[in-house]
Amino acid sequence: MAKVIVVTSGKGGVGKTTSTAALGAALAQRGEKTVVVDFDVGLRNLDLVMGAERRVVYDLINVVQGDAKLTQALIRDKRLDTLHLLPASQTRDKDNLTAEGVEKVIDELRQSFDWIICDSPAGIERGATLAMRHADAAVVVTNPEVSSVRDSDRIIGLLDAKTKKAENGERMEKHLLLTRYDPARAERGDMLKVDDVLEILSIPLLGIIPESMDVLRASNLGAPVTINDAGCAPSLAYRDAARRLAGEQVPMTIPGERRGFINKLFGRRAA
Amino acid sequence: MTKTTAKTLTDTRPIRLKGRSFLALVLSPELPFSNWLERLDDLAARSTGFFLGRPIVLDLEGLDITQADLKDLLGELGERGVRVMGLEGARGSLIGANMPPLMKGGRPAGDIEPEASAAPAAQTGAAAAASDDKADKKPEPRAEAPRAVSSIVIAEPVRSGQSIVFPEGDVTILGSVASGAEVVAGGSIHIYGTLRGRALAGSIGNATARIFCSKLEAELLAIDGLYKMPDDMDPKHRGQPVTVWLEGDTIKAERLA
Repeated sequence: MAKVIVVTSGKGGVGKTTSTAALGAALAQRGEKTVVVDFDVGLRNLDLVMGAERRVVYDLINVVQGDAKLTQALIRDKRLDTLHLLPASQTRDKDNLTAEGVEKVIDELRQSFDWIICDSPAGIERGATLAMRHADAAVVVTNPEVSSVRDSDRIIGLLDAKTKKAENGERMEKHLLLTRYDPARAERGDMLKVDDVLEILSIPLLGIIPESMDVLRASNLGAPVTINDAGCAPSLAYRDAARRLAGEQVPMTIPGERRGFINKLFGRRAA
Repeated sequence: MTKTTAKTLTDTRPIRLKGRSFLALVLSPELPFSNWLERLDDLAARSTGFFLGRPIVLDLEGLDITQADLKDLLGELGERGVRVMGLEGARGSLIGANMPPLMKGGRPAGDIEPEASAAPAAQTGAAAAASDDKADKKPEPRAEAPRAVSSIVIAEPVRSGQSIVFPEGDVTILGSVASGAEVVAGGSIHIYGTLRGRALAGSIGNATARIFCSKLEAELLAIDGLYKMPDDMDPKHRGQPVTVWLEGDTIKAERLA
């Protein structure tokens, strides 16, 4: 049974695209057929992070408008057979996305993939609402700072109101992915603590990705961090998050804090 | 005498913004308008002055008309002494300058039957004599049906950008109210989580309404149109379980035991 996940945040620059690539690759490494879909029409980035920018021929808009078949637009990753990319168009804008077209593409992807990970554009406009519309679950990417937290809260409200699931009266599954977390700065009070963010957003925690140079390095090399350096801290955190997304029970580790406290926190917070 | 500086306020009393709800008569015109206006004239002839001076809301839902049509219709109604105070169900583009504003959020009330003008004329004899006795007394106010105290419960957190508006009564929220969210209630507001957004209680002119929350981090508190910003709040109440009420023109707060 295919599962459609939207990676969203409201605010820009918090790590949606990086997280889409890293989670997509981590799920594909488990041997499950995964496609990452770039919904950021006009400002596409996912192809760069995936290292596929020179292999884009057709894109999401071509498929939505019926100019190309889905199989023509899908790009298979050179490192992982199970990982695919559906790139966005760089020359068009988000008005070219139609609700019916997106629904058709998602339904078609459901036929041949286990995981469909949609990289949402920033904002709460057309691109973002279409990316979340057909999702079964949402990963809300948040940085530990007030503006990101408030934007995430806004997005959670929209997930509960403007998605197909919500309109059918079902509950949208939502997960919090806390990225760029720096334990030292959180301890000094320069950043919000994990507890504070969870208290404000009140959705279950999927993972905490530590702030690390490894993430930026991988992005610049055109590889998801989970493929580029499988042993680094952010890679391990993304891999654990992917396992939790797949329904496994994995104890939560908060970077820089004692384990006993963490288990207590996880037990209390995560549903 | 020299010029006085215009910017110095001598009267620093706060401006009060209040909500009031009125029962408005809603007319729903039908196409073709000429036919509908004829029927309206007929009704007006039977019940003299039914529309005179009464504020009317025009419901344009489902009418396929242009701005020029609407202008003509408003003109025709104006000639008949019908004063349109607002338009409902119209596209924004339909409404030109100098037209009544668009109204939203109307709730249905019972249909109103215009009383026929023939009825008062039929009252003679005994009725007239009886009314002579009590000529100086006003007619008994019709006993109003006791209105049920209504309230709603919101079982989820109120997220940033969301707005809960409930002019009919109390609002109870089991979760938190996020920064950038707002709760507007005709009665009191009860929040069992943290209040980080705005809470406006007693919005239809109820000075006895209160706000309760388990943790006060509000961006704005208002009761009966008087409001308070975080800077004016006592810092000792920050982060505390608090009840907020109105005493005269002052918003008071106290820690809940």
